[in-house]
Amino acid sequence: MRNPLSDQVVALKPSGIRKFFDIVSEMKDAISLGVGEPDFDTPWHIRDEGIYALERGRTFYTSNAGLKELRQEVCNYIKRKQGIEYAWDREVVITVGGSEAIDIGLRAMMNPGDEVIIPQPSYVSYEPCAILAGAKPVILDLKAENEFRLTARELEEAITEKTKVLILPFPNNPTGAIMERKDLEAIAEVIIRHDIYVMSDEIYSELTYKEKHVSIASLPGMRERTILINGFSKAYAMTGWRLGYACGPHAIIEQMIKIHQFAIMCAPTTSQYAAVEALKNGDADVEEMKISYNQRRRFLLNAFQEMGLSCFEPFGAFYVFPCIKEFGMTSEEFANAFLEAEKVAAVPGTAFGDSGEGFLRISYAYSLDTLREAMTRLGRFIAKLRESR
Amino acid sequence: MREELLAVIEKNSRMDLKELAVILGVREVDVVNELEAMEKEGIICGYHTLVNWEKTSNEKVTALIEVRVTPQRGQGFDSMAERIYRYPEVRSVYLISGGFDLMVILEGKTLREVSSFVSDKLSTLDRVLSTSTHFILKKYKDHGTIFVQKTEDEREMITP
Repeated sequence: MRNPLSDQVVALKPSGIRKFFDIVSEMKDAISLGVGEPDFDTPWHIRDEGIYALERGRTFYTSNAGLKELRQEVCNYIKRKQGIEYAWDREVVITVGGSEAIDIGLRAMMNPGDEVIIPQPSYVSYEPCAILAGAKPVILDLKAENEFRLTARELEEAITEKTKVLILPFPNNPTGAIMERKDLEAIAEVIIRHDIYVMSDEIYSELTYKEKHVSIASLPGMRERTILINGFSKAYAMTGWRLGYACGPHAIIEQMIKIHQFAIMCAPTTSQYAAVEALKNGDADVEEMKISYNQRRRFLLNAFQEMGLSCFEPFGAFYVFPCIKEFGMTSEEFANAFLEAEKVAAVPGTAFGDSGEGFLRISYAYSLDTLREAMTRLGRFIAKLRESR
Repeated sequence: MREELLAVIEKNSRMDLKELAVILGVREVDVVNELEAMEKEGIICGYHTLVNWEKTSNEKVTALIEVRVTPQRGQGFDSMAERIYRYPEVRSVYLISGGFDLMVILEGKTLREVSSFVSDKLSTLDRVLSTSTHFILKKYKDHGTIFVQKTEDEREMITP
């Protein structure tokens, strides 16, 4: 028989997180610090709208781009939060999670041979999506000494004549790093000078613990060269609803909708109705969850400090990214040994790119009780490591 | 910090001071001072434990009693409320808008104990016009905590 598979797909590296997942899932009683989703349930009033939509028999397709009301609310929200105005009928598409927006955004923009700059450590989808879109991913290794922010100089060095798009994944998974206004202004200058586009993945925009999140699209000259991606998963604890969106210049969104209509048709209708409620009446829920995350963030940083584990202070998302280089092990070795010895699962930094080597991603989408127990075990584990060295 | 501190200890009053200081991002001495101040100001009125008595062998009956009373000149409902809340078996007393005046929450060992309180003590008070007693059959949720279902973390162990 002929080989049924696509060479390009077969050549894709499987997600680094998968390997670790398989090890962890065999250990039933392990404490996990490994999830990339909120521990909160979706606020009840949002779930209730979803239920109501089902009861009312709203089980049809919506328009390809998404419910009119939802697109309008998305525009209101972005205007309220970032001061950017988008036309709901021309510049917005509702997608199946932020993930779909990344995929169709890259497919809509890339020609064979075009380069996409992907700062890492970062979310696992950018590189494979770029490859599947026919583009060439160019990995830019972010540095711990810059608190994993992207600097203008690093960007300048990564740009070639073929560079077309920069992925901007902040607030960042897995490092928790943010880009503040001054950081964005510095890179915006480079972006405009080299005439490249930005795909700004702002899925964690609500979860910042310093100044409020600034979108690069709000800077002068950037709106017309930015695809802004966001969604409901992290802010409203709606991961399973699979709902996100992209906003940007009409020319790009129009092509994204074309792919979306053929591949997906439309995002789930129930989720869209629930999301309208989230945007209309969900601000207080977001604030409450954010206060909890911030408390846990402080708790972990203090715990690291007490056990002498080095970690820069991350101001975004719900991850901390401590450095484990002092133990002379790779991230993977450390994560496996920690899991073996103390039954706590933290994801090796290398699951998010080679530059994650020497770091662990610890998620604080867990109750304080869970984190407290996990930190006791981590303290014990590294004390033993230090003793044996 | 006051509001955030209250929100935390309202859910968990047993968290130790050092940890409170850490998660709120302040010094321990500030937490101590703030707690003391709020105790003095009567903002913090106690540190109670939420007990699901249904799970113990201890039999308890709780009743909500709607009470209609005649307000007193110069004192409104306050003096009537006081006559009622002085009884130790009365857990809570609220002044209520609507069809009746006071909502009294009463706890007793048996149904008989509660009903005798209502008939002997409450109804016989001079200004009580009428009472209506509702016994609680099952507590689903109390003080923001759901009693009837266990919450388990059903998320995958590792997700990107």
